[in-house]
Amino acid sequence: MSEPPLLEARGVCVDFTTRAGATARALDGVDLTVERGEVVALVGESGSGKTTLARAFMGLQRPTAGEVRLQGQPMDYSGRALRRFRRQVQMILQDAAGSLNPRQTVYESVAEGLRLHRVVASDPEGRTEADVVAGALADSGLRPPDRFFLRYPHELSGGQQQRVLIAGALALRPQLLIADEPVSSLDASIRGEILALLLRLRDALGVGVLVVTHDLGLAWNIADRIAVMYLGRVVETGRIEEVLEAPKHPYTRALLSVVPEMDRLEPEVLTGEIPDPTRIPGGCRFHPRCPRLADGTAERAGVADDCLGTPLEVLPASGAHQAACHLAAVLSRSAPRLVD
Amino acid sequence: MGALLSIENLSVAYWTAEGWLPAVREVDLAVQAGEVVGIAGESGCGKSTLASTVLRLQPADARVSGEVLVDGEDVLSMRWGQLRALRWAKASIVFQGALHSLNPVHRVGDQIAEPILLHEPDVGRDEADERVGDLLEQVGLPRTRSRAYPHQLSGGQRQRVMVAMALACRPRLVIADEPTTALDVMVQAQILDLLSQLVRELGVGMVIISHDLSVLADVCDRVAVMYAGRIVETARAEDLFGSPLHPYSAALSDAFPRIGDPAARYAPSGLAGDPPDLRDLPAGCSFRPRCPRAVAECAQQEPPLVEIVAGRSAACIRVGEP
Repeated sequence: MSEPPLLEARGVCVDFTTRAGATARALDGVDLTVERGEVVALVGESGSGKTTLARAFMGLQRPTAGEVRLQGQPMDYSGRALRRFRRQVQMILQDAAGSLNPRQTVYESVAEGLRLHRVVASDPEGRTEADVVAGALADSGLRPPDRFFLRYPHELSGGQQQRVLIAGALALRPQLLIADEPVSSLDASIRGEILALLLRLRDALGVGVLVVTHDLGLAWNIADRIAVMYLGRVVETGRIEEVLEAPKHPYTRALLSVVPEMDRLEPEVLTGEIPDPTRIPGGCRFHPRCPRLADGTAERAGVADDCLGTPLEVLPASGAHQAACHLAAVLSRSAPRLVD
Repeated sequence: MGALLSIENLSVAYWTAEGWLPAVREVDLAVQAGEVVGIAGESGCGKSTLASTVLRLQPADARVSGEVLVDGEDVLSMRWGQLRALRWAKASIVFQGALHSLNPVHRVGDQIAEPILLHEPDVGRDEADERVGDLLEQVGLPRTRSRAYPHQLSGGQRQRVMVAMALACRPRLVIADEPTTALDVMVQAQILDLLSQLVRELGVGMVIISHDLSVLADVCDRVAVMYAGRIVETARAEDLFGSPLHPYSAALSDAFPRIGDPAARYAPSGLAGDPPDLRDLPAGCSFRPRCPRAVAECAQQEPPLVEIVAGRSAACIRVGEP
């Protein structure tokens, strides 16, 4: 048998109850895996469920149905088990300035996690706390590390603050990093440096990285695989080159077409926004905004009725390029060369 | 007839505990009616200071020199009454962060009507409401949304309300400060489409400020790139994105990869280092410490912005070298 994936979501559903008493289904059956040494991009608009999924992966959000597994073990939500779990899976938040305590020095910020998890006492190489902090800062590109020990967040640039957050996560030697929009609050010239750092960490330490983002250019820059989410489901997944160069789902295609520097696709600006998750449309959940249904392509392919009335299956986490779309299914059956 | 907006040799400095901070240095810029001009740059490059100085919104203790003409009138020396008439009626700003710029306890329709009622005393409440409805339709929202409170609208809808408000007094110049930051890609595309359409239909002049060169390349006619308070390159938008001249513009352009470009796979492109401290600028070219093409000569003097070919200028001694 092959080794179980590092982190895995199996049929994860998360429901929230709104103040009006309605049930909003933020995640509606998601299968996704992240392997060791792999960078997976989780892409979607606000309201697609990508942040809820990241929270479920962190154990911050308990699934209503389905489960999250780390190395094949279902997640245990007792306090002690969660603490063990979080040593393995660390999160890097998007707003570095807001995530650092302004009254803590860089050293204290990085050492806090070490003390919480009592890492130093059990260090196999007998390193001191200062050694571990210095190592994590150096790995994150803050060199020489001791020059940063006594600095406060306001004395650092945005890129340096983000590096401190990454160092804080790395100090625990996690197996997986979950980065939620790691560069969206950073300036353009800094962005590349932070992304390059994530890639270096993957290569040097073999950590898996799940990057949550709405930025397809970022995915192209660093990810191996991508999962595109819409209204609580993964609607297309596969290797980056497959999905971004030959998208199968009309939603992925539309997202790609509005990336400003994508001049080879005719821009397809979808009207409206993601619908309210208390009222997920029947049939294909994307059908009210689908440009292929609106322009009659689905009708001509004979799937328009399915789009309106037949729900789609949850995409399995197989690693193959696949899309949850009635039209894409027909097209790949009749003329696989045309779409692949 | 001169330009709608003409900025000449503008410098703005702020007083801080550590001395004067030159936020904008010797900037020249002109915008014609019906033209969209982009200003690109990172935080601290002076782009927002430049925008607020156009409407004299900079802090009172800022030291300003140079000239700003809106429709031929000198903004920096005009009396308070004239300035009040200029804001909203001749020129207006769409600020970033619509959530924080709208008053949460007033209906959006009342907020759009407010500048109309203040600036056009002969307009009555009914006529103002009528105009609010028209404005909402113009920005792609149903008239009935005027009854909504900001929290009842999505981020994209709130940004549309901000645009409607900026257009309320029929200005000739609209300044949009990061109009799409914090919006989703699809909503960003919707707002950029809206802005371009308004420029086409109303013939206003527009200045769009963004750190995202690719957004500007999409909607602007011309783009100026700022670094450490100065303009380092101006060019037509497609030239700037396609073949930037200044090494800093090139770095900005590379930061947003072309999807499908094999050279960008596993190779995110960035610049080492951080922007300089404006109170303590390096000698010579202020981009020199981060510049991949810097040579010893770059330390001698700040290179002037010179025309390289017709309509394209760059401030770099190495541009044009083989």
